[in-house]
Amino acid sequence: MSLFDYTLKELQDKLHNKEISVSDLVEASYARINEVDDQVKAFLTLNEEEAKEQAKQLDEQLGENPSILYGMPIGIKDNIVTKGLRTTCASQILDNLNDPLYDATVVEKLKEEKTVTIGKLNMDEFAMGSSNENSSYQKTRNPWNTDYVPGGSSGGSAASVAAGEVFFSLGSDTGGSIRQPAAFCGVVGLKPTYGLVSRFGLVAFASSLDQIGPITRTVEDNAHLLQAIVGQDKMDSTSANVDVPNYSEVINQDVEGLRIAVPKEYLQEGVNPEVRETVLEALKQYEELGATWEEVSLPHSKYAVAAYYLLSSSEASANLARFDGVRYGVRSEKADNMLDMFKLSRAEGFGDEVKRRIMLGTFALSSGYYDAYYKKAQKVRTLIKNDFEKVFEDYDVIVGPTTPTPAFKVGENIDDPLTMYANDILTIPVNLAGVPGISLPCGFSSEGLPIGLQIIGKHFDESKVYRAAHAFEKATDHHKKRPSLGGEA
Amino acid sequence: MAEISKDQVKHVANLARLALEEEEVEKMTKQLGDIINYAELLNELDTDDVEPTTHVLDLKNVMRKDEPKEWIKKEDALKNAPDEEDGQFQVPSILE
Amino acid sequence: MTNFETVIGLEVHVELKTQSKIFSPSPNAFGSEPNANINPIDLGYPGVLPVLNEEAVNYAMKAAMAINCDIATDTKFDRKNYFYPDNPKAYQISQFDQPIGENGWIEIEVNGETKKIGITRLHLEEDAGKLTHKDDGYSLVDYNRQGTPLVEIVSEPDIRTPEEAYAYLEKLKNIIQYTGVSDCKMEEGSLRCDANISIRPVGQEEFGTKTELKNLNSFSFVQKGLEFEEKRQREVLLDGGEILQETRRYDEQKKETILMRVKEGSDDYRYFPEPDLVPLYIDEAWKERVRAEIPELPDARRERYVNEWELPAYDAGVLTSTKEMSDFFEAAIDAGADVKQASNWLMGEVSAYMNKQQVEIHDLKMTPEALAKMIQLIEDGTISSKMAKKVFAELVEKGGDPEKIVKEKGLVQISDEGQLRDIITGILDENEQSITDFKNGKDKALGFLVGQTMKATKGQANPPMVNKILKEEIEKR
Repeated sequence: MSLFDYTLKELQDKLHNKEISVSDLVEASYARINEVDDQVKAFLTLNEEEAKEQAKQLDEQLGENPSILYGMPIGIKDNIVTKGLRTTCASQILDNLNDPLYDATVVEKLKEEKTVTIGKLNMDEFAMGSSNENSSYQKTRNPWNTDYVPGGSSGGSAASVAAGEVFFSLGSDTGGSIRQPAAFCGVVGLKPTYGLVSRFGLVAFASSLDQIGPITRTVEDNAHLLQAIVGQDKMDSTSANVDVPNYSEVINQDVEGLRIAVPKEYLQEGVNPEVRETVLEALKQYEELGATWEEVSLPHSKYAVAAYYLLSSSEASANLARFDGVRYGVRSEKADNMLDMFKLSRAEGFGDEVKRRIMLGTFALSSGYYDAYYKKAQKVRTLIKNDFEKVFEDYDVIVGPTTPTPAFKVGENIDDPLTMYANDILTIPVNLAGVPGISLPCGFSSEGLPIGLQIIGKHFDESKVYRAAHAFEKATDHHKKRPSLGGEA
Repeated sequence: MAEISKDQVKHVANLARLALEEEEVEKMTKQLGDIINYAELLNELDTDDVEPTTHVLDLKNVMRKDEPKEWIKKEDALKNAPDEEDGQFQVPSILE
Repeated sequence: MTNFETVIGLEVHVELKTQSKIFSPSPNAFGSEPNANINPIDLGYPGVLPVLNEEAVNYAMKAAMAINCDIATDTKFDRKNYFYPDNPKAYQISQFDQPIGENGWIEIEVNGETKKIGITRLHLEEDAGKLTHKDDGYSLVDYNRQGTPLVEIVSEPDIRTPEEAYAYLEKLKNIIQYTGVSDCKMEEGSLRCDANISIRPVGQEEFGTKTELKNLNSFSFVQKGLEFEEKRQREVLLDGGEILQETRRYDEQKKETILMRVKEGSDDYRYFPEPDLVPLYIDEAWKERVRAEIPELPDARRERYVNEWELPAYDAGVLTSTKEMSDFFEAAIDAGADVKQASNWLMGEVSAYMNKQQVEIHDLKMTPEALAKMIQLIEDGTISSKMAKKVFAELVEKGGDPEKIVKEKGLVQISDEGQLRDIITGILDENEQSITDFKNGKDKALGFLVGQTMKATKGQANPPMVNKILKEEIEKR
């Protein structure tokens, strides 16, 4: 059994009783990376020297009441800026950004909790993608079967946790980028309510949709990691001032009487039968636990993907305009005038998917098309948000699959953007509505690939989401299964 | 059916400051056309009386006090500059 | 021959002098070494977010109120997208469809006639960095100015002559300076102006094609540039030519406008609401709080000087032409100076000195209190007007207390009647001939005697008193 098979609480006890040290945890992390990362390819940059040094210091400084995250090895998605540690967003255009000059607010918060940053995790370039095939460095593989994608864009974050390389990780979710890879890799991933976690230091993809969230092996650990990173941030005007409960306590409440809504649109055609069956099984499990469920409708679901691609690409076209080769990042060596500096640096630095979205977004905002595309999509967003609000008048949580299918094979969808986009059909509405959503393992396909259950709550009701997830997890064993990647995970 | 022409693609690429090879223009014209066609789906919905959503939370008047703060050192400002001279960022001039 | 009418609209950018920048906590300061006042936000580093400076909003509201704009209740920021090395995010955070102020106006006076010029809008945005072109094919970027709060004030096309444009700019600058939100120094770039100009045959309803003038470095260059452009456009049209939608710059040496580029259609800035900033809701209480902070504006002051202090309209205009001058004037009066005297000194000696030395009021060493004291010393006869000029010369250069200067320089006037009478008696005794001459109607003789008295007192005798005593003593003989 690997050290990372214990829960946070168990590990903290061991630390406290001196059965293990922070150095042991950090060594275990790098040992595992050495062992399996040439297969998984989750890490872009390792922080080994600093992490080991920090572990030594933490072992010396261990006091009576350390934070629950004390000394825990964590991986950080490469679109979250880390002072003094290379941050590329898996893009060639930031290939040389070895010091982004500051720490993201979440990274600062983790430093206060004394976690140890093991390294930076691979992703689809600028978080645009659902398979990690859009990374300009490497294709992360699914630890359950390396012929398959880990999902994306936080593929490295999910795969590294599933492969036992780090205890937990941070990802970001704009249209499903935490939940979809969590589902594909059989781990627990939460996209918090928009505004719960500061975006300061998260390299923006779509500002009105992006959220940072935790990826862990268990729901309880997820709650602990979320607790450490939430809170209003004066550096992020869109972060909300809300009372934050003690998540790791509230998750222990049972689900007796919990009212579950199951959108019929989430189990319709297009959803793989195996996935549908597995989710229906999960709902039976909830019935046994005393919850009730009913079918409801989120009537505008089918418009979500189109609205999402217009809105997220429009915002991205502006957010990614700053990568111009002037102040940081890579400048084309072929440019001998200003216009070429811009055009060539960006043409050489960005990959195909990023270019496609910049083009789509620029088009949707351009003169004569703004109302028909961008503004129209903003209005449809209102309708989708209203759908959720209506359901939450009568129900506590919404439950369904995280993805229509389990993980697909590397290379399978790569040439067809629209098919690739359809992968996010069940996660995108959650970002458009700004509500919280979690994915946790609820079974395996006949090919042995994990299947994710998505639980969605209303704004700032992470408590109920966790509560429902935790109750299910306690009653099942899916989260205890480990991929059989080389050696013991 | 929405159409997007190669000329439009070139115009948009110029706005976005992306140099595209001719074959990329071809491919982009097809792919953007497909995506925009797909987005026509939204026109099924009558949204005349619907307010657009820019912010999903109803926050207002988030501001800070007018207090200057030191943050980075001057030399750090130029640390990642692709090209610099005399403490300034250097760029090629506009083609005259 | 066709008569043309000129139509001018002005876009004025004014930097607000807050302590910190509009969206980042970097210091907002002019004249620092390049790239000293910047942080990752100003540099548009990946992951940074803007946070709005409350004072920038207050300042923009103040400026908008001072030029009679309606203040928006609901307002927001938008992204204006364009690539340029001085624009680090490749979008400028600005305001598109909900500016802070709309529908304002100011009054200008040209050739004795008063005219109202409409103001379309005032919006708040961030300034860009500064690009310096070198002659080796490269340019350098300094981001110190990036993020300085800026208001853009757009006039209606109500201006009909270059002279009116000049008057509009003077008046706008005057008003904004009074509000205290900006220095409005064109030479430091804290006030900048672009001008749109077109001409049309008199009587024609629709506007002609306009050209835009940029790089106008002073108000008089604005006027000269517009005068040139007015003439150029007329000549083009009379030659049967066509005005193109162009951007032109004014060349100060050649004294002509030069084509920069022809505009093809309008620029596509792809404005959209800034997702990183939440909307503003400006309620009545907030508006009133800001309104209460606006000081008395120049028009109101000028009226008060005329009505309450009975100053000529012209003098009142000069005294209120800058807030500094007007504040100095009022402070001198508060310190006890006579209104008319203070006005005369400021418009006379003080203005002359400032013109000659090319300095501003705040550069003077003299305080309003010192001016008031000096005026009192003249009034109570301690010094003569002539002496006062010497005191002033010292005061304006070195400052200090007028009474002390008077004493140090031995400038105290002899106003002791007994003392003067003794001196004068002696002089008369020695100048019998002059007394005779005077009595015979030679007025000049009195002047000679006054001169003798002044000589005997080293110029310190109180002149009116000398006159009076001389006449009395001559009578007696």
